[in-house]
Amino acid sequence: MSPTEPSTSGPIIETAGLTRTFTVRDGVRRRRLTAVDDLTVTIEAGEAVGYIGANGAGKSTTIKMLTGILVPTRGTVTTCGLRPVRDRRRLARQVGVVFGQRSQLWWDLPVRESFRILAAIHDLPGDVERARTGELVDRLEMAEFLAIPVRQLSLGQRMRAEIAAALLHAPRLIILDEPTIGLDVLSKQRLREFLVAERATHGTTLLLTTHDMGDVERLCDRVLVVDRGRLAYDGDLPGLGRTTGAERVLVVDLVAPSPDLTAIPAARHLDSEAHGLRQRLAFDPDLTTAAKVFAAVTERVDVRDFTIAEPDIEDVVRRLYARQASG
Amino acid sequence: MVETDQAGVPWTAPRPRVPAGPQVPGGPPSRATRLRAGLRPYRVVLASRARSQTAYRVNFALDLVSSVLTAFAELAEIWVLYRAVTGIGGLQFHQILLVFGLADLTFSLADLMFGHCDNLPTYLRAGTLDVFYLRPQPLLAQLVTSDITLRRLARASVGLAALIAGLAVNDIAVSAASVGLLAVALVSGVATFAALFVTAAGLQFFIVDGREMTNAFVYGGRYAATQPASVWPHSLVVVFGYVFPMAFTGFLPTLVLLDLPSPTWLPGWLGWCAPLAALWSWALALLCWRWGVRHYRGGGG
Repeated sequence: MSPTEPSTSGPIIETAGLTRTFTVRDGVRRRRLTAVDDLTVTIEAGEAVGYIGANGAGKSTTIKMLTGILVPTRGTVTTCGLRPVRDRRRLARQVGVVFGQRSQLWWDLPVRESFRILAAIHDLPGDVERARTGELVDRLEMAEFLAIPVRQLSLGQRMRAEIAAALLHAPRLIILDEPTIGLDVLSKQRLREFLVAERATHGTTLLLTTHDMGDVERLCDRVLVVDRGRLAYDGDLPGLGRTTGAERVLVVDLVAPSPDLTAIPAARHLDSEAHGLRQRLAFDPDLTTAAKVFAAVTERVDVRDFTIAEPDIEDVVRRLYARQASG
Repeated sequence: MVETDQAGVPWTAPRPRVPAGPQVPGGPPSRATRLRAGLRPYRVVLASRARSQTAYRVNFALDLVSSVLTAFAELAEIWVLYRAVTGIGGLQFHQILLVFGLADLTFSLADLMFGHCDNLPTYLRAGTLDVFYLRPQPLLAQLVTSDITLRRLARASVGLAALIAGLAVNDIAVSAASVGLLAVALVSGVATFAALFVTAAGLQFFIVDGREMTNAFVYGGRYAATQPASVWPHSLVVVFGYVFPMAFTGFLPTLVLLDLPSPTWLPGWLGWCAPLAALWSWALALLCWRWGVRHYRGGGG
């Protein structure tokens, strides 16, 4: 590594007291709105971090400050050892970003052509371009739609192409804003598998915002929760569940209509549908296990089918917010 | 608390350490090689834009034809006007042909390369500008090279025809001075109009719905540029004579070429000052652009 390259050993993201306020016009009055409030966080190279919070909690504003799009009102931010606003162009070579609604692809061009242009934009030599494009096409299974204009792609195909576009220059840090939103179960699964493989091969650092608990569970080893611009939680996912007491829900479909399944140990009956053919039971994974609850249910009734619902991320965040509010 | 088992994985990304392009064996790449490598991103984008516009031949041909018709209509309007009177602002029709030719050719060429800068409000709303921030090229260079409007070639050809006709019907001595003046006027004219587009884009950061307003300046400026500045009312002289120096694109060089008397407030030697007008326009344009970008990023200013 040449000495002019930014250090790859230090933290990949480091913020201290990062704050951003906006002036919004409320009729004739102007008022200050704090989108990100005194955020201090360090992310080491190679980590996979989920950045979650309600809509408007300040996630996008943070990403824009990390990538040099927005100037912080106060505080400092270092990304890949660089100052994002001052060193925007150098930083762009090391970061790949997929923004929810913002496409990097050329709408009217075939996917392949977009990749070719992006390779030129990032100065990739021919052999590197071929190798990297080949790798991404392979892993994201894009071969069948490479020749199709972007505007004709399905949502799942487009998201895969967007992610490939952001990763073409093999960035050290990838930032994904809601990568699985609107995707079907299979597409989500494929995308997650790809991201896991990509990180295993290249040691890429991942920062993602999401509303999908499955994304966080399968991709992230660390979770940051932001509430009204402030960091409300920093730790691992089981810890977040413990902190908030988020419950899992066992949904059972029964062979015959049955009375409500109350008094199952360590579980709480939520509701019944269709005269008790489908019943929902909440339980705290720290106090019991899904197997124990299920066993207790099968002792009493015949079960045809069952599913276990993960705690909804909105619910976890809501509980965390409520906890913070009550001190 | 934090899983760091991945932190030790070395970063093995195949990112190149040197700019692309053929390397000179045994030495650093030459300046020309580096320049070519630096321009490659823009060239590739523009080539793909050009291909996609010409892909549907019939469509493209219709675009060209309608552009030619519009330009002819404007030229015809001037012809009708000059048929009704003997001269406007001391210029006859054959003389105004030169003004129109110079201004319209340079405007069309600038429009071809810079005209889509007024798509900025669309880019702002769609978030395309944020995507530009994530690429390792200067923002303005990306915006300018994000598209090319080839159908403007049709319009430019009408301007060129008017200019050639104007040069032919007027009695112009072919000399180093007249050829030089013409070349200077053409290059500076394109630069001046290009700056006008960039200025408009910079202002659109503040007034996202301000396309109508900036269009008034851009297209108003173009229209003013094709008319003799000697008949402009005082307010127009201030705006299009000095602030946005439109008089320098057609009218003033024509006065010098044809050796015509000039209005007192725009002395004739100013015809040679078109490059200064272009520089001034670009200073204004870059200032507006910088100001706009600072506003967008929220860095004050």
